[in-house]
Amino acid sequence: MNSVIKKLEDRALRSDLPNFRVGDTLRLQVKVREGEKERIQSFEGVVIKMNRGGNRATFTVRKVSYGVGVERIFPLHSPRLEKIQVLSRSRVRRARLYYLRGRQGKAARLDTQI
Amino acid sequence: MLTGLIGKKLGMTQVADAQGRVRAVTVVQLGPCLVSQLKTVPCDGYDAVQVTWGKKKLSRVNGAIRGHFKAAEIAPGLRTVEFERRGDAELKLGQPITVGEVFKPGDQVDVEGVSKGRGYAGVIRRHHFAGFPGSHGTHEYFRHGGSIGNRSYPGRVRKGLRMAGQLGNETATVLNLEVVEVLPEENAIVISGALPGPDGAVVVVEHAARPRRRASVVAANA
Repeated sequence: MNSVIKKLEDRALRSDLPNFRVGDTLRLQVKVREGEKERIQSFEGVVIKMNRGGNRATFTVRKVSYGVGVERIFPLHSPRLEKIQVLSRSRVRRARLYYLRGRQGKAARLDTQI
Repeated sequence: MLTGLIGKKLGMTQVADAQGRVRAVTVVQLGPCLVSQLKTVPCDGYDAVQVTWGKKKLSRVNGAIRGHFKAAEIAPGLRTVEFERRGDAELKLGQPITVGEVFKPGDQVDVEGVSKGRGYAGVIRRHHFAGFPGSHGTHEYFRHGGSIGNRSYPGRVRKGLRMAGQLGNETATVLNLEVVEVLPEENAIVISGALPGPDGAVVVVEHAARPRRRASVVAANA
């Protein structure tokens, strides 16, 4: 990659992010804009996918809300992410936890470490 | 100063603004360009500034061009373009002109370059024709253009009918792109959207000939 582009991309990287990986349960504080006002909304769920790639990196968080599965994809270095809190870690044997989509309740548990 | 500059397309990436909105951008190494000739009303009938960018092997330059650049005491460039003058700033032959002097964030620009060559392409790729059904009796006639005319009247194929032929590798201009950022210390500029040609292609970036009135631009000028 060209050095000028690399510099531009590296500038957007955030250094204040905690280390987390697929299988971890996160609580995210997301800035939400409602008209003129900005407030913080939290989103709590399991990381089922990490997509690397410098300033384009994203991760997908899945939660079950009122019986409905909800997945949100966040840009890892987005300024909209106020805070990322790692609630628990799990031992997983896959890089992509898509199999959780087909499971409910007890079957959707992970082998929690912490 | 000038209305434009010459540079090299470095490649694309994305940048996010403070709100976290992501935009696709192209980074262009722009300038510094050297003034190679000043055209004036008494001498040429109009005012303009000719600038050059890059380096050309001296053995590839013919005598006439060599002489032209010798007048400005600079080496022959890869690409030489004439731009209109803006403002009263004094310009000298051989003077380098950098991005920061010509563009600022929020400017609208037109970018000219040579599009990627796709060779001799059929009508589906070149003109987005629909082709023919894959079944229902179609026989050896899938990616054709179909009929190209009538019968004895007019007895010829009408001019301008879209057919197969060379696609790409032609001059293309993208209008009204926004300058997202200027990086003076890198001699680079960040432009919103895509530009013609591959990475490394020579492009000419010029202030928009017919800028669009955008809300953000109107607010900035008010």
